[in-house]
Amino acid sequence: MQRRNLLATAAFGLGLALSGGSAMAQGLEKVKACFIYVGPIGDGGWTYQHHQGALALTEAYGDKVEIAWQESVPEGADAERAITQFALDGCNIIFTTSFGFMDATNAVAAQFPDIKFEHATGFKRDQPNVSTYDARFYEGRAVMGTIAGHMTKSNKIGYIGSYPIPEVIQGINASFIHAKKVNPDVTMSVVWAYTWFDPAKEADAAKALIDQGVDVILQHTDSTAPLAEAQKVEGVIGFGQASDMAAYKPSPRVSAIIDNWAPYYVKRVGALLDGTYEQSAAWEGIAGGEVEIGEITDAVPADVKAAAEKMRDDIAAGTYHPFTGPLNKQDGSAWLAEGEVADDGALATMNFYVEGITGEIPK
Amino acid sequence: MLSLERRANPSQFWLWFTPVLAVILTMVAGGLLFALLGSNPFTVIRTIFWDPLAGTNASYFRAQLFIKAAPLILIAVGLAMGFRAGIWNIGAEGQYIMGAIIGASVGLAFFPTENRLIFPLMVAAGAFGGWAWAMIPAILKTKFNTNEILVSLMLVYVAQAILAKASFSFLRNPDGMGFPGSRNFSTYPAARNLDLIERSGFHWGAVAALGVAVAAYVLLTRHGIGFRIRLAGQAPRAARFHGVSPTRLVIFCLGFAGALAGLAGIFEASGPSGQITENFATGYGFTAIIVAFLGRLNPLGIIFAGLLMALTYVGGSLAESRLNLPAASIQVFQGMLLFFLLGVDMLTNYRIRYGAARVKGAGA
Repeated sequence: MQRRNLLATAAFGLGLALSGGSAMAQGLEKVKACFIYVGPIGDGGWTYQHHQGALALTEAYGDKVEIAWQESVPEGADAERAITQFALDGCNIIFTTSFGFMDATNAVAAQFPDIKFEHATGFKRDQPNVSTYDARFYEGRAVMGTIAGHMTKSNKIGYIGSYPIPEVIQGINASFIHAKKVNPDVTMSVVWAYTWFDPAKEADAAKALIDQGVDVILQHTDSTAPLAEAQKVEGVIGFGQASDMAAYKPSPRVSAIIDNWAPYYVKRVGALLDGTYEQSAAWEGIAGGEVEIGEITDAVPADVKAAAEKMRDDIAAGTYHPFTGPLNKQDGSAWLAEGEVADDGALATMNFYVEGITGEIPK
Repeated sequence: MLSLERRANPSQFWLWFTPVLAVILTMVAGGLLFALLGSNPFTVIRTIFWDPLAGTNASYFRAQLFIKAAPLILIAVGLAMGFRAGIWNIGAEGQYIMGAIIGASVGLAFFPTENRLIFPLMVAAGAFGGWAWAMIPAILKTKFNTNEILVSLMLVYVAQAILAKASFSFLRNPDGMGFPGSRNFSTYPAARNLDLIERSGFHWGAVAALGVAVAAYVLLTRHGIGFRIRLAGQAPRAARFHGVSPTRLVIFCLGFAGALAGLAGIFEASGPSGQITENFATGYGFTAIIVAFLGRLNPLGIIFAGLLMALTYVGGSLAESRLNLPAASIQVFQGMLLFFLLGVDMLTNYRIRYGAARVKGAGA
């Protein structure tokens, strides 16, 4: 096993195409694209959306692309074996679609320099053939937060967090900032479920929030269980997560934050076909089509819907950034000055709540 | 009406042939399942049982067999000792986790010091962690007569909570950009559990597994403690008359199994897995229960059972990726193996009688 220096290579270059990758002079005739999923395709959320992205490849390139996948791959040694398996079986590009596959992806990439590896939501690109990609989910959260702030009658909104990692904390902060902006009386309770997908735990978390008087639930976990709980109580609403969760329309599901990986997958495999592939660290949002706002239903008043759509369009146009100062940290210390915008490095390592959120991030 | 009657003299041949029969039945029923899913059953069965051993790139997959089998064998050998004595430790998964956490903590505490003593120290700490975690149900059983099945199982969930805590706080990699999970041992040579021969999959855990299995076999067949374990399991009253102390037996069996599970944990954390994350535990402690029974609670049998179980994992994963089978179908396939094993076991020890229900000596 090769020794690696973590820090030197883990430096952030988000949004920046890294040069020095082994860009291929010539494209491939045919690409075998392989996918490692962390959950079952039938989860209706995270993995389901990645699989939709994979299927979009065959639609876009027909016979020139062959896809293969393996679902419910555990992290650690099993992931390393599953990835190696694909590498040995002739995949040209392997997408590993969960944070926990980070070290395994880099370890396998070191042994197969001619194969491209794409790791979702991670930060390690230790090998020239490893790229990373992620989506700016916080942009979608800003839109959800706007709706939440308008819609809450009890002025209490709840958030079901999965794990206290930067991506999730970005979402909590973005939701709260924008709820507060339209409704200064709003407070937010965060419950940590410590899972990405566990309907029973997610339902318990939703129940606990509803018992506290919360009437708008945001979730960063992937099952529909919180929506099912919301449906049982009159006046409680929520949002689809990762996929549209259209079954709960028009209420409790009033909108959704949808991950759409198809544009990225089509772009990367296309680059491999035409020979323009380069190592990169992609972080696209609403503008790139990776984050979509699901239909805002009629349960939401027209003016609120209009405000939410304006927020979405402003973010897409680049005229508004969800983390724009003045913003203070939870302890009251200054974070962003008037008009200042958070840089990607700060976002990618975010480990604090903004001012006004109660409770602590578990440490 | 059907009834079961205990066989006076179960056939020795069937005692050893039933695992083979169970595997054959699993292949048949599993083949049907795969056919219903629209795959060619022969291709699937060949991919699971043959390709990892002799197909393309088999050298890689054979190495993976050792990686997968080593923790299973280590844990199952420990469990088998207890099961033979009628002591039911169901919580090996928790002991495995605690061994990994304690062992990894010791290793990471020395980071980045390079010293040849660090790895042995980690291994000892891992064994201690598993042993200490198993002592909780052991002491509760001997002092308060609690049920070790429940206590050891419940402690798995406690251990999982501690594991989550470890990966998010006290073992979290300080250079990890705020993400969970410990430092990866692949970046820390002194604490790394490397393959002894490169790419063979044969790391210290595999050496320990084989050594422990042989030692346990000798212990069980040639040593006084082995005799007491077998006696306590087969005839508890006779054991007491013979002077076997139930307290000491419980402490020994749970402690032995706990220490081995802890060893498996630290070998995994410092080797194949490489780091402590909240998803570090993937069920070896539970699967080892199946392995122990598949191996007839005999340490040497467990070596083969562990390798067979590993084959269904490695081959199953291969079938999933090559044939795009759903993960659940492979899990069902593995479940069938246990089902058929218990089923044919039943017929080895009991015979089915038609007619009047006169249950004679049927325990269940």
